[in-house]
Amino acid sequence: MFADLPLLSLIVWLPIFGGVAVLLSGDKGDANGVRVLSLVISIATFVLSLGLYTGFDSSTSAMQFVEKTPWISSFGINYHFGVDGFSMPLIILTTFTTILVVLAGWEVIKKKPAQYLAAFLIMEGLMVAVFAALDAIFFYVFWEAMLVPMFILIGVWGGERRVYATIKFFIYTFIGSVFMLVALIYMYYKGGSFAILDMHAMPLTFNEQVLIFLAFLAAFAVKVPMWPVHTWLPDAHVEAPTGGSVILAAIMLKIGGYGFIRFSLPITPDAAHSLDWLIIFMSLVAVVYIGFVALVQKDMKKLVAYSSIAHMGFVTLGLFVVFQIWENPANVSGGAAALAVEGAMIQMISHGFISGAMFLMIGVLYDRMHTREINAYGGVVHTMPIFAAFAVFFAMANAGLPGTSGFVGEFMVIIASFQANFWYAFLGALTLILGAAYTLWMVKRVFYGEIVNDGVRALKDLNSRELTIMSILAVAVLALGLWPAPVVDVMHASVENFLQHIAVPKI
Amino acid sequence: MTFESLNIAIALPEVFLLTMACLILVVDVYLPADKRNLTYVLTQLSLIITLLLIIRNQTDTRLLAFNDLFVQDAMADTLKMFIVIISFGVFVYSREYLQARNIFKGEFYVLGLFSIVGMMLMVSANNLLMLYLGLELLSLCLYALVAFNRDNSNASEAAMKYFILGAIASGMLLYGMSILYGLSGSLQLSEIAVAVSQAAEADNAQNIGMVFGLVFVVVALGFKLGAVPFHMWMPDVYHGSPTAVTALIGTAPKLAGFAMIMRLMVEALGGLQADWQQMIIILSVLSLAVGNIIAIAQSNIKRMLAYSTISHVGFILLGIIAGTSEGYSSAMFYTISYALMSLGGFGVIMLMARQGFEADNISDLAGLNQRSPWFAFIMMILMLSMAGIPPTVGFWAKLAVLTAVVDVDLVWMAIIAVFFSIIGIFYYLRIIKVMYFDDAVDTRPLECGRDMQIALSTNGLAILALGFYPAALMSLCISVFN
Repeated sequence: MFADLPLLSLIVWLPIFGGVAVLLSGDKGDANGVRVLSLVISIATFVLSLGLYTGFDSSTSAMQFVEKTPWISSFGINYHFGVDGFSMPLIILTTFTTILVVLAGWEVIKKKPAQYLAAFLIMEGLMVAVFAALDAIFFYVFWEAMLVPMFILIGVWGGERRVYATIKFFIYTFIGSVFMLVALIYMYYKGGSFAILDMHAMPLTFNEQVLIFLAFLAAFAVKVPMWPVHTWLPDAHVEAPTGGSVILAAIMLKIGGYGFIRFSLPITPDAAHSLDWLIIFMSLVAVVYIGFVALVQKDMKKLVAYSSIAHMGFVTLGLFVVFQIWENPANVSGGAAALAVEGAMIQMISHGFISGAMFLMIGVLYDRMHTREINAYGGVVHTMPIFAAFAVFFAMANAGLPGTSGFVGEFMVIIASFQANFWYAFLGALTLILGAAYTLWMVKRVFYGEIVNDGVRALKDLNSRELTIMSILAVAVLALGLWPAPVVDVMHASVENFLQHIAVPKI
Repeated sequence: MTFESLNIAIALPEVFLLTMACLILVVDVYLPADKRNLTYVLTQLSLIITLLLIIRNQTDTRLLAFNDLFVQDAMADTLKMFIVIISFGVFVYSREYLQARNIFKGEFYVLGLFSIVGMMLMVSANNLLMLYLGLELLSLCLYALVAFNRDNSNASEAAMKYFILGAIASGMLLYGMSILYGLSGSLQLSEIAVAVSQAAEADNAQNIGMVFGLVFVVVALGFKLGAVPFHMWMPDVYHGSPTAVTALIGTAPKLAGFAMIMRLMVEALGGLQADWQQMIIILSVLSLAVGNIIAIAQSNIKRMLAYSTISHVGFILLGIIAGTSEGYSSAMFYTISYALMSLGGFGVIMLMARQGFEADNISDLAGLNQRSPWFAFIMMILMLSMAGIPPTVGFWAKLAVLTAVVDVDLVWMAIIAVFFSIIGIFYYLRIIKVMYFDDAVDTRPLECGRDMQIALSTNGLAILALGFYPAALMSLCISVFN
């Protein structure tokens, strides 16, 4: 049914034009009309994006749903979309999360709701376009443009230090990405094409590769974010409105991980190979050190923000450990490298669900109490029993309990790292302890014990809107945890092709 | 010399505009103050007709007129078109601003038209004298316009500074030109070019003399464009002039300045490329650095835009440094898009200004999103475009210039340029921050005439539309240099 439609273009432009329509309908009229319109647009986009899944041919690693027309012919820049097993699941994650975000801001956002919702819809289109773009400049345009709605979102609807946080967010990400732009221009100058797949095939000397790799690293490490360039994230998360935090954690961080898969590793495999120790080191620091940092946080959002950094450490670990898996003479099983990459992908998707859920939960509490301090809570379970049940469930998922999606990705990456080096796996596995410690300790302090103040005593349990959001996410977390096969299957061919590509040196 | 050899039809747009300027000068004298609108309407009408004449006159070949003093080629046509369109925009934006300050006078329009004629002559100059005359016609009109609000001491000071520094720069230019004339024996650009390349081949004392002349020409160009270290007049003049005049100075003359570089450096002194490349690299890096860093410290938006102009000049010079046709076309693309962006920026400042209130502090923009979301959105697009963030035309301008520099193996220049544009992003973001995140002191919505609304919206949307589809303008600029 979707076969002859330009499906990717529809998924990109429907929310963008929908967002513009929402923006133009303005904040003067009925706010409910705007909300319903946004919800309809986001659901329609999600339904369209399901067409990518049903129409996807998982037996091939080639790009599918390709659309290509010349855009700026003097620079050979094309309007070029297409998806493979890496980008397709992330696009669906994006459209799915946007629905939840629209719902989450429903009656909470009273200040200029049309602008708020429009920013999310436009951002949705831009993020899908980032995942789908196959032309480097086309990718870069959306990659940068995506910052603007987020900048406005944090700055207008954020907390007290929102201006500081949002400018920091913007400048950090901008610094990283301009060096990527120079690298892209350089490759255009060398290879004469901005097509990402042409860049994959392009021969580059080792020195060129190292410089290009570092330029990419500047862009993607900030986005993931990796230690030590992660400091914008806790600030941005704490100040962002709930919806902004959800998008930031669930999708924007994934764009960094996706960038490594789409750009760094295939374009500069030799540089990635020789610098893999650096990335592995940074990832393990993120997992262990940031895990400890999360433990001492007093602000719930900050805690979850640090936990995001720690969890994203597994993504970069999984992607870069493959070289050492291949080199390890003691490596017995052949599939460990694929396991690592697939684990990284699963971890990205799972983290999208779980971190989204965590931030939504904090949003539920914040809407009622207007504080995120852990100390201000205690005994919430007595007044919000249903909510507490969800909270414990998501906390377990965040801690990586088997049966939830949080377990699958981390477990796959840890198992694979064993084939490279015992200590990688050992340090990585510490997260199972640390993650459980900081998450469950927070849950204990917030939800259990005596009711600490009248604010908590007056709390009302979830309303039906919140209940819907939480249930949808809980189902998603469980489904991916118990039966990850549908997601793994679609990416399998792409992962194999990816590994074959990066195993061949370019020099 | 027969009358036919003058080929006067080639210069028809200039001739027409000059006639109209004289006519308006006379008509305006006889108009009572309440009929002043007629001057405005006549001015705009003559600009529209000039534009149509330019379009009708367009040519792909190189045509000469006035005994080879005047040249018409694709570059001249394109630049003239944008000069006229942008000046039209400046006049639309400034009408209410001038009325509110009781300086809605005929002189503004007459001087403005003469300065446009000056720019058009510069663009079409094929001879050092023609270039100089065009430049002086432009500059003298601008000096007078800066002091146009004569009761304002800031403006008088700015005019004085502008005049003195401008006169020094003109002197430098004349001196450089006289050296070139002395060594080549001609004022014709093409003949100078021949002499320069012969001297460069021979590599004799004459070549050293040429380089000596070149230095003065570069200094003068630096002054006129506002490249560091010859930028000192810009912040004061931008700040002191009435915003309507700032808009006139800060937009179309950049296009004429670009033409001057092309005519002088590339057409006449192309043989000395290796020499001027080094000089311009220094000017460019310094402009990028000083412009972007000092702009951060400004609290006055006109001063900030002055420093931002300096940094944009640095980018335009980058394209020239490349010294290839891609480089020139990217610099031209950059100049045109910059002129459009800064036109819009000054438009918003004039929109915010009211009677007795200049709105030229950054804090005056506070809460613009609450007052007029649409104009806040337009200003946001303009700022993003100046910062070079897609999907606006400013991004493509930077991309084109950077590609041109990387193409000639000057990757380090590209890295310096992006490094300073990171610094630059901060002050553009600050404007957005003030408009969107701060609360308004004055909550009245902005009022302005329908013409201003339409023009400003078109201006802002054009920046966005060119961001989505830059191919047309880009291939226009590329075709000019092929």
